[in-house]
Parts: sequence; structure tokens; C-alpha cells
Amino acid sequence: MNNTEQQQKSASADEFIKGLWRENPVFVQVLGMCPVLAVSNSAINALAMGLATLFVLLMSNMLVSTLRNFIPKQVRIATYILIIATFVTIVEFLIQAISLEIHKALGAFISLIVVNCLILGRAEAFASKNTFGKSVLDALGMGVGFTFALLCLGVVREILGSGTLFGFPVFGTSFEPWVVMILPGGGFFTLGAWLLLFNAMKERKAAKLKESSVAA
Amino acid sequence: MNQAKAPQLTELPGTWPMLRAMGGVGILCSLLIVSTYQATLPVIERNKAEALEKAVFEVLPGTETKIDFRIMPDGRIEHAGTVTKGERIVYAGYDAQQNLTGIAIEAQGQGFQDVIRILYGFSPAQQTVIGFQVLESKETPGLGDKIEKDDDFLRNFAALDVALRADKSAVKNPVIPVKKGEKANPWEVECITGATISSKAIANILQSNTGDIIPVIMQNLAVFEAGPQQLTLVQKEMSGK
Repeated sequence: MNNTEQQQKSASADEFIKGLWRENPVFVQVLGMCPVLAVSNSAINALAMGLATLFVLLMSNMLVSTLRNFIPKQVRIATYILIIATFVTIVEFLIQAISLEIHKALGAFISLIVVNCLILGRAEAFASKNTFGKSVLDALGMGVGFTFALLCLGVVREILGSGTLFGFPVFGTSFEPWVVMILPGGGFFTLGAWLLLFNAMKERKAAKLKESSVAA
Repeated sequence: MNQAKAPQLTELPGTWPMLRAMGGVGILCSLLIVSTYQATLPVIERNKAEALEKAVFEVLPGTETKIDFRIMPDGRIEHAGTVTKGERIVYAGYDAQQNLTGIAIEAQGQGFQDVIRILYGFSPAQQTVIGFQVLESKETPGLGDKIEKDDDFLRNFAALDVALRADKSAVKNPVIPVKKGEKANPWEVECITGATISSKAIANILQSNTGDIIPVIMQNLAVFEAGPQQLTLVQKEMSGK
């Protein structure tokens, strides 16, 4: 009994953790690249977009999972899009109420969360086949993983491109900002650098595992 | 003899389950949207009003106080007091000595993605646009949103000529967009390479709005100039009663 409970707990934890690292939506699945490259020019924009996507992902996964036996297969995609579009509209109202500045900075990319393949992908591949609890954990993991990846890009781009972090100066007045880092090109450079780092770490880990298994 | 295998057909659900699912989800979604809209509307409107007020002081340098004026359909100007939706409002700015610093005017027009709302400052003394700010836009981040950030583009609005003809009936030289590096006259707006549609949209919005509203403002300039004194008189009369 205890063993079964423990297995269930670790399975639930795995649903959450997989999105953070092993199946990270940006660094592993390379999904939702449009907002990742476009709005990660500052840490606050990256955080706001990450949280907005997390909210939409969580709410749509919850609703899709709840209604999964009620929605016929033939109309599922249309229904999922309707659900996702609803939560995107809601998040747009909420961001406008919280801060008009952030709403202005994110511009059209809030509405474009509708077409973020990560959200429709999780609704179709996971929430429509799993229980409510598992779908919530999956959405939280993927959402936090997406926000983390956006922040990784946003922090580097803001520090190098503007010399600030969350608007606070990091370097002295002698620092000359690398303007290219806040331009679209800087997004590609930073993403490439992060992908290089993550893949190098992955390969190193795999090599260590191989060495230890040979030694055993 | 080999018998050909008949393809297996999955049974389609009837019309009713599909209609029920789409209709049910549709109703649920519309309820969610409407309730969020109703709940957030007062806060959003307050935020917008605050942002507009801040923008007025930025497009009219040296302004200490502002007074809202309503443009009536017959071309008269009156103090706005409480503003109702759909009214045409302009914001007159005054310095510490209560001299008119300029008039901030809201305008809007179609951009690349959606409608762009702007606020520009007009100086009646110089008959030029002296400040500009984007209030609302959904232009592409990194490209179209340069209309808010590009220093060269923003320099167009430091002294953009919108002087009237001698009879004050219309703008002498309507604002026109030109390619980058081709600006030869003070009424031309130099566009942004890579954000041509958005920057052209700004020039076109200004062309149509200034052509329409600057003659009305100049014909009623005395009302704006006397603004603070008139209001003080009204206040004094009311307190005397």
C-alpha cells in the first residue's frame, strides 16, 4: 500500500518536473519560438509573457481535462481553440488591469498566445487523455519551464543590451550597451548560446553515465 | 483466394453530441469573457485615464496644469467638466503663470496590425506639433513599435509645421510621409526603414487629424487662452453664493 502511494507520488512529481527540464518546451521541444524571440528583450517582458502563457496553459488544461468525455473527437480541435482563445482574452483584460505599460510592451504577442503550439499541443497530447490532477501538474511544469526559458533569454538580453536588470542599472555609466542584444537578432544569438550550453551539459551527463556503467 | 479486407469505419457521433459540445463550451466561454470584462473594466478605464493624463504633460513641455475642453459639433469650444464617452475632448496645458503652453489632441487611425491611438501636442504660438506619444498600438514588437522608440522618427515631432492659411480655414501644407533621408520641408514626416507601414500610418493620422482640428482650435484660441481665468471666475462666483 505504502509502495503504491509512493509510486503515485513520484509519478505526479514527474508530471511536473518533466516540463521544467527533461521536456522543457523551449530548450528541448523548441516550441513557441515566436514569443520567445520577440518579447524576451527585457526580463520584465519575459516574465510577464511567461506568466500569461502559464495562466492560459493551466486554465485550458484544466477545462479540457474536465470536459474530455463530453467533447466528441471530431470537434475537439475547434473546441480546444475556443477554450484557449477565451483564456487569452481573459489574460489580456487582466494584464491591462495590472499594468498598461506591460500590455503596451507585449503588444500583439498577448493575442498570439492563441497560436502558441505549446498550449494546443498540451491540450491535445495530454489534457484530453489524462485526469484533472495530472493535467494541472503537466500545465504547471510546462508553464514554469516556459517562463524559466523566457527569463533565461530576457535576463541576458537586458543585461547586455540595456545594462539593466528588471530596470535597475547593473553596470556603471561607462558601460556601452550592446544594442544588438535587444533587437530581434540578439534573440537568436542568446537562444543559440543557451541551446549550446544545455546540449553540452546533456552530453556531459550522458558521457558520465556511460563511463559509470562501463566501470560497473 | 485472398479476400480483400474491408476498411474499418469508426462510428461517427450524431449531430447532437457535437452541437451540444460546441454550444455548451461556447456559452461557458462567453460567460467567462463577459464576467472578466465587467470585473476589470473600471480598473482598465482608470489606468487609461492616468496614462492619458501623464502623456498630456509629456507632449506639452513646461505644463503645470491642464484643463479639458469639449469640441461641440458646431465648432464651438467649451469647458468639458464631466466627460461622457464619444465626445471630442482636447487638453489645454498651462505653465505656472497660467499661460497657454499648448493643446494636446488625441487621434487614431489604422496601423499595420490594428488601430493606433496617439496623442500629440500643438503649440498655437508656433503653429507646430511639439510633442508626440503613442497611447495604444499593437504594432509588431521590434519592427512596427519603433514608432514609439526610434529617436530619429520622434525628432519629426519636435517642430512639425501645421501652420494655417491666411484665412485660417485649413492647414497650408498638410503633413505628408517621406522616405528616410528625403525630408526637405518642416511639414514632412521621415518614415522608418523596416517599419514603413506603421510610420506612414502616423503621418496619415496626423495629416487627417490636424487638417480637421487645427482650424477649429485656432478659431477658438481666445477660449483656450482665457481658460484658467474663466474657471477661477466661475469658482469664485459659486463660492460667493
